Amino acid sequence: MLRFILRRLLQMVLAFFGTTLIVYALMFAGQGDPIQALAGERPVTAAQRAYLTEKYHLDATGVGGFFYRYFDYLGGLVRGDLGQSLTGRQISDILAAAWPVTVKLAVIAMAVTVIFGVTSGVIAAIRRSGVFDHATLVLTLLVLGIPTIVLAPLAQYFLGVRWPVFPPTAGAQPSFYALLLPGIVLGSLSLATALRLTRTSVTENLRADYVRTARSKGLRRRRIVGVHVLRNSLIPVVTFLGVELGNLMGGAIITEGVFNVPGVGFNLFRGIRTEDGPLVVGIVSVLVVVYLLSNLVVDVLYAVLDPRIRYE
Amino acid sequence: MRVRRLAAWAALPLAVTLGLTACGSGGGGGSADDSDAAVRIEIAEPQHLVPTNTNETSGSQVLSALFSPLVDYDDANKPHEVAAEKVTTSDNKVWTIKLKPGYTFHNGEKVTADNYIDAWNYGAYAPNGQNSSYFFEKVAGYDDLQGESPKATTMSGLKKVDDLTFTVTLSQPYVDFKSMLGYTAFYPLPKAAFSAPGVLAEGYEQSPIGQGPFKMKGNWQHDAKVEVERYDAFPGQQPKVGGVEFRIYQQPTAAYADVLSDNLDVIKTIPTENLSTAATDLGDRFQQSPASSLQVLAFPTFQEEFSKPEVRKAISMAIDRDEITKSIFKDSQQPARSFVSPVVAGYRENTIGTAGAFDPVKAKAMYEAAGGPKKIELSYNGDGGHKDWIDATCNQLKANLGVDCVGTAEPKFADLLTKLKQKQPVGLFRMGWVMDYPSMENYLGPLYSTTGSSNYYGYSNPEFDKLLAEGARAATEDEAIKKYQAAEDLLAQDMPVIPLRYGQNNFGHSTKVKNVHVDLFDRVDLLKIERA
Repeated sequence: MLRFILRRLLQMVLAFFGTTLIVYALMFAGQGDPIQALAGERPVTAAQRAYLTEKYHLDATGVGGFFYRYFDYLGGLVRGDLGQSLTGRQISDILAAAWPVTVKLAVIAMAVTVIFGVTSGVIAAIRRSGVFDHATLVLTLLVLGIPTIVLAPLAQYFLGVRWPVFPPTAGAQPSFYALLLPGIVLGSLSLATALRLTRTSVTENLRADYVRTARSKGLRRRRIVGVHVLRNSLIPVVTFLGVELGNLMGGAIITEGVFNVPGVGFNLFRGIRTEDGPLVVGIVSVLVVVYLLSNLVVDVLYAVLDPRIRYE
Repeated sequence: MRVRRLAAWAALPLAVTLGLTACGSGGGGGSADDSDAAVRIEIAEPQHLVPTNTNETSGSQVLSALFSPLVDYDDANKPHEVAAEKVTTSDNKVWTIKLKPGYTFHNGEKVTADNYIDAWNYGAYAPNGQNSSYFFEKVAGYDDLQGESPKATTMSGLKKVDDLTFTVTLSQPYVDFKSMLGYTAFYPLPKAAFSAPGVLAEGYEQSPIGQGPFKMKGNWQHDAKVEVERYDAFPGQQPKVGGVEFRIYQQPTAAYADVLSDNLDVIKTIPTENLSTAATDLGDRFQQSPASSLQVLAFPTFQEEFSKPEVRKAISMAIDRDEITKSIFKDSQQPARSFVSPVVAGYRENTIGTAGAFDPVKAKAMYEAAGGPKKIELSYNGDGGHKDWIDATCNQLKANLGVDCVGTAEPKFADLLTKLKQKQPVGLFRMGWVMDYPSMENYLGPLYSTTGSSNYYGYSNPEFDKLLAEGARAATEDEAIKKYQAAEDLLAQDMPVIPLRYGQNNFGHSTKVKNVHVDLFDRVDLLKIERA
């Protein structure tokens, strides 16, 4: 197991450099005139242009310029320096402020998914073709069908403005309560998928031979479902949740925007809008690490869930 | 068995993290409603909070709380002294600025002439890369501070007379210099802002020290808020609120939802998608005030097919401005028929005359007689919500001129500018202008003079340049206005751009505040706002 983890960590280093190279290249290729983008529609003075060009090596163009800037960036990265955004802020500071908020939001969303999604999935599977099963089917289809860009403002309007159950936006240093509504909205999509997955998986396992054996042995139903069936059914769900955790950490650009949550997605959106290359690459680099780590955790969890899976 | 026992823990890590977070943020329920007297105003994340480096509205809104300007503008948009006792000149070239005594910075330093001179020199010095450095280009000696290794670090035109008096010598006489002094770039900086002469102290921007009615409360919390509280030693007019919390929003729709539920007090710009319901949502708390912006469609006059003024006038006559402002903009903007905005002294209504009157029949006849192109392209930046009115304009041109018309979106305005600089054929293109200071000259010089910084249409008229120069040298403001108006009449003959709409501030406020005014620079007047 240890060797497996080590090997994966080494692969991660390669994957990390590969992805940053791609992201950097994309940002480099897509960049028009970042200085003008920063200034909006105002004219940029020659002095300001010269200052920013020199500071960010914007005059280095073409293939040679790309590698020069990429290695310059990598050099800083290795020293733990993520660089400065085009507005002169340390990217590490931006991330340090944004991450805790996004992690909080992601955890709430994840909790909503696990608690409601997995539980309802199990219930729906046990009472297959019952009222609950059909009701959840309709509900999840509905949620899956509505994109976040519609769902988020609707939830904000009805639960924040019309009937003020929740504060409509989160804002600075959001409290747990203020993050609850965005968390539910964010979690609702993965909730629906998790519910369908759990239901299918549990249904299948309920028909398995070992369940019949257990039942004829006289085991209590609660123990059969709670220990034997659930553990075997969780593998696809855990895979899904692991990837989803990476997605959630990536910052929900739409949800964070609608609810004014100053997290990673919020900053990523601004970086993209203002063509702030260093900021976008910095955020994405960290996201890559988060993805790789959450996938590693998922793989390790497989072995724990199913002892037949062994890593050498 | 060991493995099996481990399994019981497999589903737990999530639950554990959850539990920890729940503990960490426990007791944080409910919205903060501490009844101190701060009002909450929406802004976007400022780019900078150094006066000479701030040229967007969010930053200048915050700085307007922390600093008191030398001059401000009255209802007729003429400048009057605020932090200055007197701004005088005899020849429009040497200006004497005498400061009011008694002003102190928030750290206790007395405000002196040096504070202004140091700040302006810092702003003008090219290697500092300040966004607003061009505001100082009229001061004598500005050129010596430009380039990669400038000859000087201070402008020769700034001279201290005594602690409260200094003179500014311009390289050319300029009649509107007093109007310029109201802009953000002309605030002073305390000695504490500099770590060495000409070097801004690290971290000054995080908690700027000014001499205005409010002082910083804590640091600038990026992406979250900037809080300021009343500065009791401020000798000028005291604000009516104890403090202001500038809340940072990424999307105006979020701010709008907050105003609806009294979680935020002022939203300066109601998002377009909410404009149609704003009047019913907010009632009389939805307000409008004139803004300085002007939207135009510009011609690349260097292109053969648009070189005739008749073609340009015919296109202008074929556009029904009133219909577009009404149906597309829901009256959030006003139709424009002049080259300067109504917010500056010297504005006259309808200076483009018949070219501004919607007359499809005459327009078509004129267009065909002048041999206008069969196909018209309208270029715009796709990120600014311009598609609707561009498409509407195109449809009008199709119907009224019998031409083929397409709207072409460039990703960003910067991309459009790049193409224009390379003189690529982009067809007509949209442009917007927001004034730097209230003066007719600011609507004419940068946009239409041969060397203007935003003259992207290649318009050049020596007569126009001459009138502008004469206006700047004029003895009085009224004489200057006459020259500028003559220059505007030339534009009306040549029509290098089609004026379309004047902007308006469409703002709203919560039930908790009253007396909300948004000025020409899209800033909430912090001295007038009160708690309801």
